[in-house]
Amino acid sequence: MDTKYIIGAIVIIVVIIGVALYAGGAFTKPEGKITIVGSTSVQPVAEKLAEAYHNANPDVNITVQGGGSSVGLKSVQDGTAQIGTYSSKLSSEKAPGIEQYVIANDGICIIVNKDSNVTDLTADQVKEIFAGNDSSYTVVTREEGSGTRDAFIDLIMGGKNGTNITKSAIVQSSTDAVKQAVAGNPNAIGFMSLADVDDSVKVVKIDGVEPSEATVKDGSYKIQRPFLFLTKGAATGVTLEFINWCLSAEGQKIVQEEGAVPV
Amino acid sequence: MARNWEEFLVEKVLLLAAISSIIIILLIIGFVIQQGLPAMEQVGPLNFIFGMDWSPSYDIYGVFPMIVGSLGMMALALLFAVPLSIFGAIFLAEVAPKTMRRILKPTIQTLAGIPSVIYGFFGLIVLVPFMRIHFGGSGFSMLTASIILTVMVLPTILSISEDALRSIPLEYKEASLALGATHWQTIKNVIFPAALPGIVTGIILGMGRAIGETMAVIMVAGNTPIIPGSILEPARALTSNIALEMGYALGLHYNALFATGIVLLMMIIVLLVITNYINYKRKVTVGGGYL
Repeated sequence: MDTKYIIGAIVIIVVIIGVALYAGGAFTKPEGKITIVGSTSVQPVAEKLAEAYHNANPDVNITVQGGGSSVGLKSVQDGTAQIGTYSSKLSSEKAPGIEQYVIANDGICIIVNKDSNVTDLTADQVKEIFAGNDSSYTVVTREEGSGTRDAFIDLIMGGKNGTNITKSAIVQSSTDAVKQAVAGNPNAIGFMSLADVDDSVKVVKIDGVEPSEATVKDGSYKIQRPFLFLTKGAATGVTLEFINWCLSAEGQKIVQEEGAVPV
Repeated sequence: MARNWEEFLVEKVLLLAAISSIIIILLIIGFVIQQGLPAMEQVGPLNFIFGMDWSPSYDIYGVFPMIVGSLGMMALALLFAVPLSIFGAIFLAEVAPKTMRRILKPTIQTLAGIPSVIYGFFGLIVLVPFMRIHFGGSGFSMLTASIILTVMVLPTILSISEDALRSIPLEYKEASLALGATHWQTIKNVIFPAALPGIVTGIILGMGRAIGETMAVIMVAGNTPIIPGSILEPARALTSNIALEMGYALGLHYNALFATGIVLLMMIIVLLVITNYINYKRKVTVGGGYL
């Protein structure tokens, strides 16, 4: 008697779950869905862009995920994401068949403590300091895999096969932690995105150029990187519309609000 | 028949609830080993464990500096925390007047409830600059991390030790005092030895928390993947290594982080076995002190 009820209940549960799964699958419209995966540096900008675009076009759903630039490239290559984000220059040999859209630029600032008397360094001096050849500095860096770290290595240290950042550098796991570490130590030197700089630290001029929106835009500040949207082949449909919108005046305004430099 | 069904069902549900924790632990261990083994094989277990260099961008994976870092921080933290918490526990259990205990005990228990990221943030803002000014260096160091860990494990060891001390039968104390022993002699020779197994349990739990702590350690230890030359130099713990790089890791790097987890797991198991063995040995020599 009880057995019957139990079997009955199980059958009902199975049926409900089955229907729910089927219905859930059937109601998803792939047409209005964009997945953006990749660089954690681009992520905040991409999130704001996606949010604003979704508000204007409620039938387009955009998901933004992190993972790092390499994840962005990989996901767009294997088709799990419509847009991959990448936060440093990408050669076309490294990514064949991948279309690149520069949606913003970003300067990487070299920061020191407010009490430090350093105001101006050359790119070579920065390289020497981060290589660990100047013991008067406490070098603060980001963890392995961070987009900002990768861009810094590319732009200053001479790429992956160039000079290594000293092993005795303090490793901090976020932009804010780097800021804190530099703000709390008169000898510290670190690097961070132009978008995240504030008054708690001092930004150093590189080769006499102060990083700012203007100097990044005209290319006179050398330590800069593009924020890229990658698509497999040329973008089409909703994805293209979204990218075009990001490049429009409206989209670029959001880029600027997020602290990145509009293109 | 219905009653039998009920009995059977309840029995099985209870059994399931009891073994679910074991199943979950086995699943986690199984998953960590399955994910970590490819890296262990590719790098070689000995190279992985005793390798001095950790450079994921060049596919070089050696966790020995992190093992030293983890063990060093744990040992230092216990060195500070054990005497503090045992004396604190003796005070609370034997000496402190009732009102004082009513204030002290909840205060100490509050320490245990503070999230580790708060400790880390406090360490980063207050302790790191303090250490830099008074001890030199960058302020990020093994010692700084150990001090934070001390505060974090203190409530665990202290409250378990206090419980152990208080659960000693009153007859022990009465007998000792009746023989003419002073209060301190009674504590030292009767109550403390009898409570030792419980105290050791507290130390084991504290040790587990110290070695497993991630967030607070990341924020104050400096995380350099090299063996520190002194306790005033920065170090990286095994847990920090996983948490720092997990967000980006792909392929072999990803597996290497799980392999770091295997090393951590093995270390904890070895430490548990050792301390349990000591505990077991102690129990025999104390003679009937265990409750």
